[in-house]
Amino acid sequence: MIIDLQKFILEERPYWAELEGNLDKLEKEPELRMTLEQVKQFHYLYQRTSADLAKIMTFSSEPEIRRYLESLVGRAYGEIHETRDKPHRLCPLHWFFRTFPQTFRRHIRAFCLSLAIMLVGCTFGGLAICFDPDAKEVIMPFPHLRIDPSERVADEETADEDRLHGVKTAFSTYLMTHNIKVAIFLLALGMTWGIGTMILLFSNGVMLGAVTLDYVLAGETKFLVGWLLPHGAVELPACLLAAQAGLVLASALIGWGEPISLKIRLRKISGDIVTLIFGVAILLGWAGFVEAFLSQYHQPVISYEAKIGFGIVELILLVLFLAKSGAHKSGTEVQGPD
Amino acid sequence: MHQGKTNALTIKTPEGILFSLLLAGPITRSLAWVIDGLCIIAISSIVGMALGILGVVSRDLAWGASILAYFVISVGYGIMMEWYWRGQTLGKRLFRLRVMDEQGLHLEFSQIVIRNLLRFVDSLPAFYVVGGLACLGSRRAQRLGDFAANTIVVWNPKVPEPNLNQLLADKYNSFRDYPHLAARLRQRVSPQEAGIALQALLRRDELNPEARIELFREIVSHFRSVVAFPEEGVDGLSGEQYVRNVVDVLFRRHDTKQGRPR
Repeated sequence: MIIDLQKFILEERPYWAELEGNLDKLEKEPELRMTLEQVKQFHYLYQRTSADLAKIMTFSSEPEIRRYLESLVGRAYGEIHETRDKPHRLCPLHWFFRTFPQTFRRHIRAFCLSLAIMLVGCTFGGLAICFDPDAKEVIMPFPHLRIDPSERVADEETADEDRLHGVKTAFSTYLMTHNIKVAIFLLALGMTWGIGTMILLFSNGVMLGAVTLDYVLAGETKFLVGWLLPHGAVELPACLLAAQAGLVLASALIGWGEPISLKIRLRKISGDIVTLIFGVAILLGWAGFVEAFLSQYHQPVISYEAKIGFGIVELILLVLFLAKSGAHKSGTEVQGPD
Repeated sequence: MHQGKTNALTIKTPEGILFSLLLAGPITRSLAWVIDGLCIIAISSIVGMALGILGVVSRDLAWGASILAYFVISVGYGIMMEWYWRGQTLGKRLFRLRVMDEQGLHLEFSQIVIRNLLRFVDSLPAFYVVGGLACLGSRRAQRLGDFAANTIVVWNPKVPEPNLNQLLADKYNSFRDYPHLAARLRQRVSPQEAGIALQALLRRDELNPEARIELFREIVSHFRSVVAFPEEGVDGLSGEQYVRNVVDVLFRRHDTKQGRPR
């Protein structure tokens, strides 16, 4: 059976045009909130157009009208059937001091795994330097790390001029952006079922372990701690948090012991991943600032004790923040979205 | 009949209505990405020049601000544009593409962030090789970022309201002089065959002259085999006129008393 196309179009066209107008308005004005009457009318138009689409698909093979109605129904469907909560008003302080640490604690096992992988990498790097000093050439990423630690300490402590004079801000922003890129990679490599995240984390651990042991063996432990701790106290945990986000993503992909579909698993963790990576970006911004403006200055400009003290205070505050901030007094945590 | 929808996602609504979303292929998406890349360069250059004013105070500050601004723009451009324009960047808008939730629902901010951050992996080792391969291999043309964020990129071609003036003109139709044959034609012709005849009429100007004559000759030959009208009813009709008469019979109901379409 073929429907009377002319009559059908003439009768229904005004409803389609009204629905299209409403959709255009909604798309152009994302902030638009409809009144109850407008919502009712919108729903009516959606249902009527859906029925028209069903009719045209059943009784006529006219593809042009069908495509037009499909496009209208498809657009309206997203507006009508969205049941997820609309985002609340942005509250940066609430997000940073409650949501972020709560999210961290909710996925603490992924963080512990990140820490373990980095520690294994550090151990490997340290052992490599211990047993094969020539490995330094391969493991150390930057030329200034390959020179003899005692030589470098002597150079730094006797430097007459500020090497970063006139480029401190640029150096700081370079460090921030570079570290945030690495953090995003740690997260994004979670898509390789976490293998990429673990490899990147391990290789960073190897470098850190090699540098650490190189300086410790050279008797420059104080310099090393004074150099790394002020920014490392925040930078390293931030990298571990980024890897935590990557491993959370990987765990959703793998889905061990979760009898729900992959799509739902990914949907469940998407908000948490975004929270973690935004938190990491803030921490790395701070670390980049400290690294350029404090870590690169050594005795006699700034005493090692002051730098180490600063680093320890930072680390304690960070641990307290992640462990306690936003925690309920009863000790129960807010659950993530279903 | 060729539907032209070999790459579409079909969604069934709770009302039982099926609709299809055309999925965007990697080539269109690459072109949109090139436009977006140019936008990022342009915005960064303008912001960089504006920040150059800070050089009066401190060159270091101006340089640092430029590095930060480039980073924020390059990472944040896609996120902010897709959030504000509901799944579109400038490049996507130009090519009529839109990021959508895989189930046809609203995009959430977290979905937009994830699909944009995962570009870092999709762009490896260079020029989105990983993302392009993932897109080609995916049933829903998703790169890794889309897969993780449960999003798809759809192509919304400009769908104009159908113009059936070609059919609606009240011209004399000799087939209506034979109501029993017209009724038989309506009974025997399937919606698909009717659609082919309608499309041939609607798109006839897109064909070159030889192909146009050949196409209508074949369609006429087919409909002649379905229902044979007497010679005096088809005498002097060109192929196009014949098909127009067929479509008129199939798609328009006439008031038999007045002989006028209703």
